[in-house]
Amino acid sequence: MATTISPAPTVSWGARAQEQGLPILVILAATLVAWYALTVYLNAPGAIERVLDPKGPWGWRDLVDATLAMQRPVLPAPHQVALDLYSSLTDWPLDSPRNLLFHVAVTGQSTLVGFAMGTALGLVLSVCIVHSRTLDRALLPWIVASQSVPVLAIAPIVLVILGSMGFAGVAPKAVIAMYLCFFPVTVAMVQGLRSPQVIETEMMHTYAATRWQALWMLRLPAALPFLFPALRVGIAAGLVGAMVAELPTGAQAGLGARLLTGSYYGQTVQIWSALVMSALLGLTLTAAMAALETAVLGPRRRA
Amino acid sequence: MSTHTPNQRPWLAAAWNLAALGLAWYFLFSSLAATDTPKDTPFWATTGVLAVLAVLGIQRLAALEGSRWYPLLTAAVFGLWILYFWQLLTVALDVPRVLLPAPWLIVVSLQEHMPVLGSDFVQTVVKAVLVGWLLGCGLGFGVALAIDRLPFLQRGLLPIASLTSTIPLVGVAPIAVMWFGFDWPSKAAVVVLMTFFPMLVSTLAGLKAADRLERELMHSYAASYGRTLWSLRLPSALPFIFSALKINATLALIGAIVAEFFGSPTSGLGFRISTEATRMNMPLVWAAVTVSAVTGSVAYALLAAWERRAAFWHPSIRGKK
Repeated sequence: MATTISPAPTVSWGARAQEQGLPILVILAATLVAWYALTVYLNAPGAIERVLDPKGPWGWRDLVDATLAMQRPVLPAPHQVALDLYSSLTDWPLDSPRNLLFHVAVTGQSTLVGFAMGTALGLVLSVCIVHSRTLDRALLPWIVASQSVPVLAIAPIVLVILGSMGFAGVAPKAVIAMYLCFFPVTVAMVQGLRSPQVIETEMMHTYAATRWQALWMLRLPAALPFLFPALRVGIAAGLVGAMVAELPTGAQAGLGARLLTGSYYGQTVQIWSALVMSALLGLTLTAAMAALETAVLGPRRRA
Repeated sequence: MSTHTPNQRPWLAAAWNLAALGLAWYFLFSSLAATDTPKDTPFWATTGVLAVLAVLGIQRLAALEGSRWYPLLTAAVFGLWILYFWQLLTVALDVPRVLLPAPWLIVVSLQEHMPVLGSDFVQTVVKAVLVGWLLGCGLGFGVALAIDRLPFLQRGLLPIASLTSTIPLVGVAPIAVMWFGFDWPSKAAVVVLMTFFPMLVSTLAGLKAADRLERELMHSYAASYGRTLWSLRLPSALPFIFSALKINATLALIGAIVAEFFGSPTSGLGFRISTEATRMNMPLVWAAVTVSAVTGSVAYALLAAWERRAAFWHPSIRGKK
């Protein structure tokens, strides 16, 4: 089946690119123009005060030039952020804290470790919930309810507890990323494991399939389309968790720590490039999940 | 699967659970469970028996059928037992407060610091979250309506707006602090940014939810664009809008609390959590977490109740009864 369908996506991709590419480009270009305009507007008072002579003669051209090249701008111009990113990536070795890829590696590592643990935990628990009526009635409502609660708020508690138990480095950050990934994966997997129709479960029953066989051959494959969207949500939540975990410890490394030190020292360009880098990391992680989804489910996509 | 079990008798299950809870309550205040008595066989034997009683009681409750209150009751009793063993074991084993304060200590701290937590609640929830949530949802809804007739803009904005959910938007908190100061407007700005895109995406999806058949009917009535929007498309978009409102309520609370981790004036739930955690005053930290958890649940429940009133006719609501 899958092999006969496979040429189709390439065609639709091309059509999609034609249909959507231009509008997206226009929106992005408009954003860029608006950003530059905002840069000039927001930085003008500071530029007049610090760079140009408040009384002296200067034209609007001098003003624009000054606003786009400030040391500590209110809003850095896009090219300033791009240059800062480029120089941080090329001028410093990979293990230097001045290289943003170093921070990406630190944050990405704890995100991925936590994500793997949280997903594994969610899978095991969802299988238990589906097979135990008691767990289903007693535990599942709490897990569902926790989705309307800001669970990220207990991150400082986790840090204090693990810190006083002697854990440092990746472990506390990974634990926070773990529990953030765990909730969406569990909820989606319970839904997915229950998605087979009565007729399908009854057929497994007539084959005298054991619970494990029914789980492995029917329930798990049926749950996969539910799992992957949850993985995308989970890994994005885990990234936020890992970054937040880097705040209160006074951590030296990681994108969250980079954001915080940037704000302590008023280094706006540094904040913006860390922000761009974390956005890129989030997009990459989610794209990896989407690629995994296509690789596992094939082009048939969600059910 | 458990329908064949014999204990389909609600009163028996209730009596079992009440007896177990009563026994547990008595044990909690007995001299066996006090901190200064050494913990040996009698204590552990009683705790073990209680655990077995608890599990059996919850199993009996979970097996009940016939009322929509039974599942809720089961979850509540389970929560009660968790709280009970938390209290019993932290006190009996003298667990350091830094690791895990007993629930009762949290309640005491909640009561003791009520004025502080009250002003934190006003600072974070009433100011930052409410203002940011209203502005963000309103803007998202407004922009979605504004570009409803501009498919070109929709095709450009929608993919970008959907991608923002994968970006850690809370990271703008330090920038917001620079632009809007340390007080609540900077937190509200973060909340606006976090809630805007989900509302935009959901409203755009909701406006497309009306059937072709229904739209053609409106067309055959010679209904104007505005009339079709008001009488058909907005009502059928309601479930989408409400789901965005609910998701955004949680997101707004997270955004405001985390933005306060990045720096805030001397009040706010996020500020309280992060500063008291560094001062190791864990009962107060847990109390602040409790306040934010209750706020999140109440906000969700209120929005769900509002949805049931506003979209009572929709199949997704009618099906729940």
